Amino acid sequence: MAVAIHIKNVMKKYEDNVVIHNLTADMQPGELFTLLGPSGCGKTTLLRMIAGFNSVEAGTIAFDDQVINNIPVYKRNFGMVFQNYAIFPNMTVYRNIEYGLKNKKLDKQEIRRRVAEIMETVQITQFKDRYPNKLSGGQQQRVALARAIVVQPQVLLMDEPLSNLDAKLRIEMREAIREVQKKIGITTVYVTHDQEEALAISDRIAVMNKGDIQQIETPESIYSRPYNTFVAEFIGHSNRFLGIVEGQESGDTLIRMQTGLPIRVKNVKPLARGTEVLVYVRPEEFIFTDEQQGMKATVLVKRFLGKYIHYVMDCGTGEHVEVTADTSSAERIHQPGETVYLGVNVNRVNLFDKEKETTLLEGVESHV
Amino acid sequence: MFKKGVRFDFWSFVGLLSLIFFGLFLVIPVIRMMVFSVQTGKAIFSFDNFARFFSRKYYTRALGNSIKVVSAATLLVMVIGVPLAYITTTFKIKGNRLINILVIISMLSPPFLGAYSWILMLGRNGEITQFLNRLGIELPSIYGFGGILLVFVLKLFPYIYMYTKGALKKVDASLGEAAESLGYHGIQKVLKVSLPLVLPTILAGATIVFLRAFADYGTPYLLGEGYNTMPVIVYQEWVSETGANAYFASAVAMIMIVIAAVVFLIQKWITSRKNYTMSMLNPIQPKQLHGVPNILAHAYVYLIAILATLPQIYIILISFRNTKGVMWADGYGFSSYINVFTKSLSSILNTFEFGIIAIVIVVVLGTLFAYLTVRKTNFFSKILDVFIMFPYVIPGTIFGLLLLMTYNQPPLVLSGTAIIIIISYVIRRMPYTVRSSAAILRQISPSIDEASASLGYGSMQTFFNVTLPVMVPGVVSGAILSWITILNELSSTLMLYVGRTQTMTVTIFQEISRGGYGPAAALSTILTLTMITSLLIFFKVTKSEDIDL
Repeated sequence: MAVAIHIKNVMKKYEDNVVIHNLTADMQPGELFTLLGPSGCGKTTLLRMIAGFNSVEAGTIAFDDQVINNIPVYKRNFGMVFQNYAIFPNMTVYRNIEYGLKNKKLDKQEIRRRVAEIMETVQITQFKDRYPNKLSGGQQQRVALARAIVVQPQVLLMDEPLSNLDAKLRIEMREAIREVQKKIGITTVYVTHDQEEALAISDRIAVMNKGDIQQIETPESIYSRPYNTFVAEFIGHSNRFLGIVEGQESGDTLIRMQTGLPIRVKNVKPLARGTEVLVYVRPEEFIFTDEQQGMKATVLVKRFLGKYIHYVMDCGTGEHVEVTADTSSAERIHQPGETVYLGVNVNRVNLFDKEKETTLLEGVESHV
Repeated sequence: MFKKGVRFDFWSFVGLLSLIFFGLFLVIPVIRMMVFSVQTGKAIFSFDNFARFFSRKYYTRALGNSIKVVSAATLLVMVIGVPLAYITTTFKIKGNRLINILVIISMLSPPFLGAYSWILMLGRNGEITQFLNRLGIELPSIYGFGGILLVFVLKLFPYIYMYTKGALKKVDASLGEAAESLGYHGIQKVLKVSLPLVLPTILAGATIVFLRAFADYGTPYLLGEGYNTMPVIVYQEWVSETGANAYFASAVAMIMIVIAAVVFLIQKWITSRKNYTMSMLNPIQPKQLHGVPNILAHAYVYLIAILATLPQIYIILISFRNTKGVMWADGYGFSSYINVFTKSLSSILNTFEFGIIAIVIVVVLGTLFAYLTVRKTNFFSKILDVFIMFPYVIPGTIFGLLLLMTYNQPPLVLSGTAIIIIISYVIRRMPYTVRSSAAILRQISPSIDEASASLGYGSMQTFFNVTLPVMVPGVVSGAILSWITILNELSSTLMLYVGRTQTMTVTIFQEISRGGYGPAAALSTILTLTMITSLLIFFKVTKSEDIDL
């Protein structure tokens, strides 16, 4: 049932404005594939090309082996969940969900059974006779999801489905979507600008910027091994330092950070001594240590956030450095004005080419 | 059916249909008139018509008269209508709802009926005139500038009132409170905060008033007595006893269209520069006034409402008067109605027949065209948008003339048919339905159409299953205006009718012209009652107490 989606060298332009240049990506059968990026990066445009609401100027989009470029929207067999839900205001919950099935020459018994089943799955059976204006945002979202999947489409497309919900509901619905999607095993393309949502829900994430895919990877890999500085900065926070290659030692690369701290990094592509590189360190990858092993830092701001403590520090680089520490493992809470010494977890730092801003680590690829 | 890649769907068909429709009945006639206006019987191309118009005092005076009386009416209407809207939205007025309905009714009845009623009251033999004469009081003449102005103002102030009220309802009450917190109060607050916010809307209303007054033929015809205005000139030149001059009439018509278009475009330009978006949370709550201000506010509102409705009520009253020939006789009865139903039944039936056919076409095309202009924005739909709104700037007399000049000769002869009248109704009254349908459509997210498409429905099925049902309230509230204004249409029908296709308004107009006041009053009452019934049904069905302009 589940199909793969193959997007090959597609291009999209509005008049003379090229929004997507030459984009290639493959979605595996049954996976939840997220398009993540800042607004205007082309993620919704790409989704709407898959749906058929936007035309494809060049390249092909295929469900398995079938190229769908010229198939009209209503024959593509996909379900879609819209940012504003797009529940038909003139129909009850039941009628909304039934709408797509009525088109499919099924007998009435079968329609009723499937609507009942899906309403059970997304837990809206009790609202079946209500009109949409009597439903909360979360309930409307569930109706939209049920309506999209009840027709058993080949592909499910979701366009920022949670962005109109409040924070608590967003997490609840995120889990519900994930659960239903896995249960049905439907190939899903999910668009969001919320990185936390993307990390939590996706099998794989494609990070997009300015109409191009920067990297396609699993949430874990994309967070720990970003392909370029855009990904490193867009997903989570990264502190940026300059560093100079000082040589190699038994396969590891020795780098001195601009703060004077020497680090020893594994799996680095061959680099000439003296090459300038970018060293990216995430806030949670700092280690509080002593004067011999660490670089000097002054606490500027301290925020106690319960589970962890967030500091803004000055390491003498002219830029603010963000550092977080687990409350449970922190020996003590440092106060603004205090001087501390920081080391870094060398297994978790990322190195980037200073000019191209792409990774210098072996085995980290953009995509395809 | 169609080859892959050729995107010919239901909406392409509708688009094509709209282009053919407006091409035939708007574009070609307008071009024909433009061509006529720069021709004479002999010359293929000359500006003689315009030279003749601007060199003769008879014509330039009519142009001056039109501009004078219409500008004066527009100004006065704002002076009366804006305070009325402000008072009724900001303060509690007893009987507010009834007053609102009375104002709507007086707005929707045709202007020439007002003129006729005022003649009966204040004219040379008018009842009030005679009554006052007996007391030795001489009233100023109702004929000429003053009378036309009176009728225009009382007929058209409701537009300003409705527009302003609609805009005030969208002003958030907290803006007024914010102004007060910054030290503005009373009249200062109104002038500095409320008024500037609703000014673009007042201007839009004033433009409508200007265009309607400028286009009105019936009122100056009945009340002018030598005070000629432009529509009267166009009509006279066309049906002139000394030989109709289509070329010259076209030139005069072109001058009118240009003036109307300039006014319309200036308003558009101003509004586009001053367009505020407001976050609307708390509507203004009417406050209770006390003491003298309360009495003054009520007195003002009631006085205006009474003056506006007086002509209607008076006509209804005299429709039950007995008549003898064309003269009034003593006592009351149904003689006028019997007269009307025996002699003028066909015109009553024509009105309803043409009206119903026209409104059905208006609703069908209006809904489809509204969808096209809102949802399928491309070059053609923008042109369509202009076509739909074009009738706003073409006076009815001229529109009738346009159709007549184009379709009174082969290949397509429509003059003298009911079809040509219905076409005129459809084009002239469609803007109400399109505007209101388009307005509601703009509030509906296009994603519901996309959701339907994603569930396997084609564009036509999607429209009928999903979009149309959601549009219905907007369509209905536009259609009620189209319907009532179709029933009341006089100026283009007057150009297009022949004996067989005479409508009620034409009959009323003829009866008034020849002094048959009894039948005119009876027919007017039938028309007014039809209108009120339609409105009441509309209010009942939509559960509202207002109409949207």
